[in-house]
This record gives sequence, structure tokens and C-alpha cells, in this order.
Amino acid sequence: MRIRNHRDFWSGVLFLVLGSAFAVFSSAYQLGTPARMGPGFFPMMLGVLLALLGVATIWMSTARTNPETGVERIGWRPLIVILGSVALFALLLPRLGMVVSVAVLIGLSAIASHEFRWKETLLEIVVLLVLSWLVFVKGLELQFPVWPTLFSP
Amino acid sequence: MELLSHLALGFATALTLENVLWCFVGVLLGTLIGVLPGLGPLATIAMLLPITYQMSDPTTALIMLAGIYYGAQYGGSTTAILVNLPGETSSVVTTLDGYQMARKGRPGPALSIAAIGSFFAGTVATLLIAGFAPPLAEIAFKFGPAEYFSLMVLGLIAAVVLAHGSIVKALAMVVLGLLVGMIGTDVNSGVARFSFGIPELTDGVSFAAVAMGLFGFGEIIANLEHREDREVFTRRVGRLLPSRDELKASLAPIVRGTALGSFLGILPGGGAVLSSFTSYAIEKKISRTPERFGKGAIEGVAGPEAANNAGAQTSFIPMLTLGIPTNAVMALMVAGMMIHNIQPGPQVMTSNPSLFWGLITSMWIGNAMLVVLNLPLIGIWIKLLTVPYRILYPAILLFCCVGAYSINNNVFDVYVTIPFAILGYLFRKLDCEPAPMLLGLVLGSLMEEYLRRAMTISRGDWSVFVTRPLSATLLAIAVVLLVIVFLPAVAKKRDEAFAEEES
Repeated sequence: MRIRNHRDFWSGVLFLVLGSAFAVFSSAYQLGTPARMGPGFFPMMLGVLLALLGVATIWMSTARTNPETGVERIGWRPLIVILGSVALFALLLPRLGMVVSVAVLIGLSAIASHEFRWKETLLEIVVLLVLSWLVFVKGLELQFPVWPTLFSP
Repeated sequence: MELLSHLALGFATALTLENVLWCFVGVLLGTLIGVLPGLGPLATIAMLLPITYQMSDPTTALIMLAGIYYGAQYGGSTTAILVNLPGETSSVVTTLDGYQMARKGRPGPALSIAAIGSFFAGTVATLLIAGFAPPLAEIAFKFGPAEYFSLMVLGLIAAVVLAHGSIVKALAMVVLGLLVGMIGTDVNSGVARFSFGIPELTDGVSFAAVAMGLFGFGEIIANLEHREDREVFTRRVGRLLPSRDELKASLAPIVRGTALGSFLGILPGGGAVLSSFTSYAIEKKISRTPERFGKGAIEGVAGPEAANNAGAQTSFIPMLTLGIPTNAVMALMVAGMMIHNIQPGPQVMTSNPSLFWGLITSMWIGNAMLVVLNLPLIGIWIKLLTVPYRILYPAILLFCCVGAYSINNNVFDVYVTIPFAILGYLFRKLDCEPAPMLLGLVLGSLMEEYLRRAMTISRGDWSVFVTRPLSATLLAIAVVLLVIVFLPAVAKKRDEAFAEEES
């Protein structure tokens, strides 16, 4: 037994882990009987099914007919920068308002690109801020603070 | 002449000033965002879905959502033709000959034949929906909980079988989606499941936030890994309309594509994908000059585009009549309906006739707008295409984040996108198609509900699913489908059918 298709192998592992996790957490809820299913019944069924499908995927990744495939390496930089800037946006929006959080989101996320240019990014922040104000604040009237609460009149 | 009175009701609803306006806004926004390279219709719709949540009238919301859908799809074709970047699998075929036509200095005719073909297909498909939906809904009224459960099993399995890639993995993705759908308060017992003490999670995870994470953010991160190389045709588009010869050559492929797409679209799964690939294969096979294909044959654009659009439209039939989304876009439509407290299913037609027929006729209006809107605006779309990705993606991020926030006016939904973005990125690396997961997610709690009801009625006897003839038939079809795809001979053919997109 040798893993040939690494992508399938790791998908199988992912399914096995997620399925088992859901099954374990489901066992905390009442299972009930088939005629009177409790809140844990269907999720438990699905969790076990997912784990089994994971095992099947792992098993199939060793089949001889598989072409040898590896997993591409993970691009940590865009992953962390992009999701970090999204998290920061969510963190800042209720506290410092739209203007600051939008500027942070655009400025930080732009760094993830190979071709980052700070002048261009500054310009983009200004343009998108004006656009956001027009569309979200004036047009759609979304409910969020625009300025940091400290400075608001 | 029931059909005519239905259509009259539909036009009366769809042609109100407000609905026409929002249909137009939907088509325009859909095209605008769909044109951006690296954003397929799914990501586009997920991004714009929260806007429709804000609307008070569900009919208007759905009409706009449908408009966004055609717009996004047409925008995707534009990108495929002009930049050789397919936004989604169904426009891969369009890149083959469409891009070649553009390189040979004929981008105008390629774009307009795509619009004309889509319009023709849309018109036929709209009539088909109007004709076929009522009888299908009649059948659906005979369904009990057992039948509904079996129908969903069949729908999910068929969607997996007709999609491309590994079937076992796609099944696992469906199950994972069903499980994510379990998060939140169980309606029967009131127990908050998998909420880990987070109060916002007791309402379940927001569908739009999941879709944005999986498709929007996942795509951005994946795109950023590679340096971009795009060749855009910034030169003047030149002649827009196809010549008389080109029109003549396209006529038959458009008709064939429409027929094929209408049929395949009703089937669950990648109706649009399968129909455009099949249409291309057919046109190439029956052409007297097959060697022209791949070098800018207009038939290779006209047929698949018509098929693609017809399929996209007829996939509304199972969604509207049975409440079963057959692809991820329809799952988003279902989510859009449920937010307005409309449970898709056969009862929509009788309880909400103006919504039902208004939506159907608005499809035709939307398609007409696409032609009117796109041909003169092609110049603007081309300008948009020249905007480099490094400027585009922060803007996309911004719109997604604000969109997620606006779902509940709460940043919690913005946080929800993050784990799903990580999952979406991982799935991309591991060759797992994320679309089936959305189907599972939207059907999760419904399936559980029908399973529970069926089992309560049968007093815990599992055989109820095979002793009721309708339910047994549906399950039998599902089993047959599964057996067929695992037969070695068919498996090979299936790989071949999808091989063209990898090459």
C-alpha cells in the first residue's frame, strides 16, 4: 500500500476528521429512536457517513490506476494577509467605524499582491472610501458607525 | 389558454416600474461584476445576495437575483471571449473558439452572437418553464415526507454524478454541506446544535457568508499565488454585428444548443456545464469543416452559449416546482427565497402566483435587457477588463465584507466567512469541488425534517422508503445512477467527456 494520489489522500483525511468531529459532538445530544428522532440522530448518521466516505477516499488514493499527484504547496502569504485583513475589518468596524476599517482592509490586503505599489493603493483607498460612502452610507443606508465614536459629533 | 393567462399575470407583475428597474439593476450589476476576471457567477451572486435581503417585496428580490444570474453568466462569457479566462466551467468551451475569434480581430461578432444565442435560448426556455412547471408541480403535490426525502437523495446524487471529478469526494462534500446545515437550533427539540455557546450560531451559519468564503475569498487567495498574465483586447472592437454568413452559420447551432440545453438543464447537476460541452462536441462532429473548430469557428461559440443559457434557465424548473436546487446557483436562489419566508416547492405556484409567474416572465425581460444592454456597453466591459487584478481584489474583498456585514447588520457574519475561506482554499488545493457542499447546506435541515416526519408516520420502520412506490422509484433511480457511473466502461467515457476542459 502506497499513497499515489496525495490530493485524494489528504481530502480523505479531512473528511475523516470532520466526520468524526461532528459524530463525537452529536453524541452529546439526545439520539432518540428512529420513530422519535432526537436532535443528535441525523447529524450522527451524517457524521459517520462522512467519516466512512473519508476512509473510502483514503483507500482509493492508494489504487494503482491513480496517476501520481502531489499537493501544491500552500500560499501562506496571501492566505494569512487576506484573511487577517478581513478579520481586522470585522474587529475594527464596530469600534473605529467604516472609514478606518475600510482603509485598513484595502491597505493591508493590497500587500498580498506580488505587485504592490503604495501610491496606487493610497489612491485606491481614497476612491473606495468615497464610493463606500456614496453606496453604503447614502445609497443603501447600512447601519454602521462611519467615524470612530470618539470624534463623532 | 391557461398558459396565456398565467403569462399575462406574469407580465403584469414583472412589468411594474419597480420590478423592471430592479431587474435592470440586477442585470447590470451581475454583468459588471461577472465581467471581472476570476469571479464566476457563483461568487458574483454570493456577493450580491445580501442586497436582495434588504428588499421588502420578495418578488422584486427574486427578479433582481435572477437578473444578477443572467448578467453574471453573460459577463463570464465576455471575459472568456476577450481574455481567455473562463469564470466558471460552463464558459470554458466559449474560450476555445471565442478567444480565437477575438484574436483574429472579430471580438464583436463573437460577443454579439453569444448574446443573440443566449436570448433565443432564454426565450425558448422561458416558454418551456411556463409549460412544464404546472404539471410537474401537480406530481409534487402527491408527495409525502418519504417521497420528499427520497427526491432529495436522488437530487443530491444526480448532482454529484453529473458533476465532474471524483464521485466519492463529491458525495463527501454533499454530506459535509448537510452537516454544516445542522448547525443552529433544532426546530423539534429547541436544542442549539454545534453552536459551542456562541449565541449568533443558534440561528445557523448564514448561507451567503459561507458562499462568499468558499467561492469569493477562496478564489482571491488562490489567484494571488500566481503572477497574472492576461492579454486583453484593448484595440477597438470594430464591427459588432455578425455578417450575414456568420448569422446563417450560427442559426442551426443555436437551435440545437437550445434544445440540448433545455433538456439537460432540467436534470440535476452541472446542467449548464454538461450542455455546453455536449453542444460543442456535437457541432464539431456534424460540421463539414471540423478543422475550423478551435481556430475561431462561430458555430463553436453560438451553440454552446445557447445551450449554456437554456440549461441555466430550465434548471429553475426543479427548483420552482419541487423545491430541489439542482446546482449551486439554484441553492443560492433557494436561500434568497427562504430569507423572505418563501419555502420553494409546488405550493409557491398556488399560494404566490404573481411571484411565480412574475419571476418566469422577468427571465425573458432580463434576457432582452442583456442584449440591449451589452452590445452598446461592450466598450466599457473591455475597459474594466484592463484593470489589473492587484487593484480589483481589494475592492472585491471590501464588497464581500460589507455584504456579509449587511446580512444581519453584525460583524459576526464577516467572521464566519474566514473558516469557510480556509476550507474553500484547501478544497481547491485538494481537487474537491465546493459546489456540492452548497447544495447539501441548503437542503440539510429540510432533509432532516422530512426524514423525521416519514419515520414518525411509519413508526420507526425504515422500509417506508422502499414500500411506497413513488419513493421506491426515486431511490431506485438514484441507485441505478450510482451503479452506472461506477461501471468501468461508463467511468472512462465520463472522464473523456470532461477531459477537454483540463486540456
